[in-house]
Amino acid sequence: MTTKLRSPSETLRFGLFLGTPTLIWQVAFFLVPLGFLVAMTFWSVRSFRLTPDFTLANWTMILNAGFFRSAFVYTFLMSLLAGLIASLAAFPVAYALTFRVSPGLKRLLVFMLVVPFFTSFPVRVYSMQIFFSPSGIINTALAPLGLGPISVLNSPTGTMIGFLTLTAPLVILLQTIALGAVDRQLIEAAHNLRCGRLRTIFTVIIPSARVGLVVAGAFAFVLAFGDYISPQFLGGSNPPTLSILIADQVKSGNHWPRASVVAVIMIATLMLVLGVLLKLAYGGRRAAR
Amino acid sequence: MTKFTITDPRGLGLGLNRRQIIQGAGALAGAAALGGLATGPAVSQENVLNILTWPGHGDPAFVKPFEDEHGVKIVAKEYVGGEPMLALMNQSPPGSFDVVLADAEYIGMLQESSFIDEMDPADYPLADYWPEFQKFDLHWKNDKLYSVLIRFGYLGMAYRTDLVTPEDVKSYNVMWTEKVKGKVGFFDWYLPTMGCLSLRDGNKPPFDIDAAQFEKLQETLYSLRPQTSGFYSMADQFAMLTNGTAGIIPGIGDWVVLLLQQSGVPVAATVPDEGGIQWTESMSIVSSSTKKDLAKKFIQYASSPEGQFRSARLPAYWASIPNKKGWEKMNAEAPEDAKKLRHTFDARNVMDEYKEGKIFIRQTPVQQGIEEWNDSWSEFKAM
Repeated sequence: MTTKLRSPSETLRFGLFLGTPTLIWQVAFFLVPLGFLVAMTFWSVRSFRLTPDFTLANWTMILNAGFFRSAFVYTFLMSLLAGLIASLAAFPVAYALTFRVSPGLKRLLVFMLVVPFFTSFPVRVYSMQIFFSPSGIINTALAPLGLGPISVLNSPTGTMIGFLTLTAPLVILLQTIALGAVDRQLIEAAHNLRCGRLRTIFTVIIPSARVGLVVAGAFAFVLAFGDYISPQFLGGSNPPTLSILIADQVKSGNHWPRASVVAVIMIATLMLVLGVLLKLAYGGRRAAR
Repeated sequence: MTKFTITDPRGLGLGLNRRQIIQGAGALAGAAALGGLATGPAVSQENVLNILTWPGHGDPAFVKPFEDEHGVKIVAKEYVGGEPMLALMNQSPPGSFDVVLADAEYIGMLQESSFIDEMDPADYPLADYWPEFQKFDLHWKNDKLYSVLIRFGYLGMAYRTDLVTPEDVKSYNVMWTEKVKGKVGFFDWYLPTMGCLSLRDGNKPPFDIDAAQFEKLQETLYSLRPQTSGFYSMADQFAMLTNGTAGIIPGIGDWVVLLLQQSGVPVAATVPDEGGIQWTESMSIVSSSTKKDLAKKFIQYASSPEGQFRSARLPAYWASIPNKKGWEKMNAEAPEDAKKLRHTFDARNVMDEYKEGKIFIRQTPVQQGIEEWNDSWSEFKAM
């Protein structure tokens, strides 16, 4: 019997067959709206009505606005910090899940990490207000110890707690997957060569899982950067982030074009950051070996 | 009155009722959809009357008798803030709404864009209204009526009584004191807040100010930044006053505190000596409606003593009513509520402040654009 090898064109056809629905979906619901979003940045608003136009006024206005610059810097730094904290805090957990617990316990714990996604984030954030309000559960518990009251709501701390709640479970899951893919033989070899645990982590495990770890952190950054719920309902919009700025531009004045400018800048920023991070992840691999 | 039981864990800590949670969720959904483009045509069956309103006006406590009498269903599309209302009117297909409930300052814009119909004053019980509201300026254009006043209230400051005293809040200046540092909250809408601050600056009327006065107003606003606790959605104001995160909020009034007081929260509202702003909710017939007769009947109901009595105590938020016969009904059937709303005839009542000239109608900026005021607000928030 002869084995029939698939020709490259056949493979391509099969690939297209599989990928086309997704491709159509992406074009219809991502690329086209994105093009529309960019076009709208040049429109104008006359008595609350959107009017197709070609004006640079929205760009000039937003780029020169002090409130936009502050919101940009604030959102960027907060998301960066969220990505860093989430990554650092998640690593020991992911490490333990991958290398230290039994497979059964690991399955249970991974399941527990998925549970938060069962409830919508706004609902979780609202319930967190109980914990953090001045007379809430935390402060009531602290009072007898002579501590507090701590004030979290309506501050960057509140926003950060929201960001971390949103991103941490995902970062842990992604890191766990990344660490799971590390070749155990490398670790065993390191141990056989009398490399200590910490040194193994830093010279073998982290470099081997680097791509996954960076991607996990990048996800945290992306999610935090676009989150509206935490900065609004835990941070009290104090100060506002870019996503709040988008809502504000639309809320009073129906200024979709200005909101689109902010959105386009956000998308560009995310692409740039992801580009840099992926370069960091994949580039210079030789050094890690 | 319908009391709503707590169905959300948040209620344990904040004393919020289900309605406010729903409002919060509504605000979130609204924010998620970013206000407007996502709104499709509202339901348009024959036995449905579509109203575009502030939250709470589709509540059975208010609309049930009308629905029963006419065998129709009231479907409310809710908005928060005059500009989102205008946006919805602009973006929705004709025929989406039959009645629009709007603040008086937006009636002129609705009329200019031909969104609302002229009304016959004889169709409505305006003669039963307090004289001050029988011919309410902002509802008339060229001696033609375009809207009927349904509810109103005053905006000054709402405050926690365990933090500041009634003596403290006699002036807006209390917001700059050490006592409320980090506890001045804001309703996230430039218009009422900046209006009250304009009164604090001595501008009367507060919305018709020249460039120099506007600059001063910006300074006044910006100087409050170090005192600020946060910027709240409609529903969050209730939560933040209740849990004490906000100790004082300018630009709001009885509509927020009356419900909280009933749940035992130590809050009160006041109109400081510098004056207060009046907000209004008025109903108009939408020009593109195909059920104008039913729309008229609904507005007749809302302005009748029964409709007024029910509307004043809307579960979402309470308000004053302009129909004296509605006051009489309230005094006869719910004297306690008449006292809370200061709708009694034998003591100082809400009309007295109006008569004293302390109250200025809320309107959109006269000498500057809405955008200018709004940008100052964004600037303030981002400081």
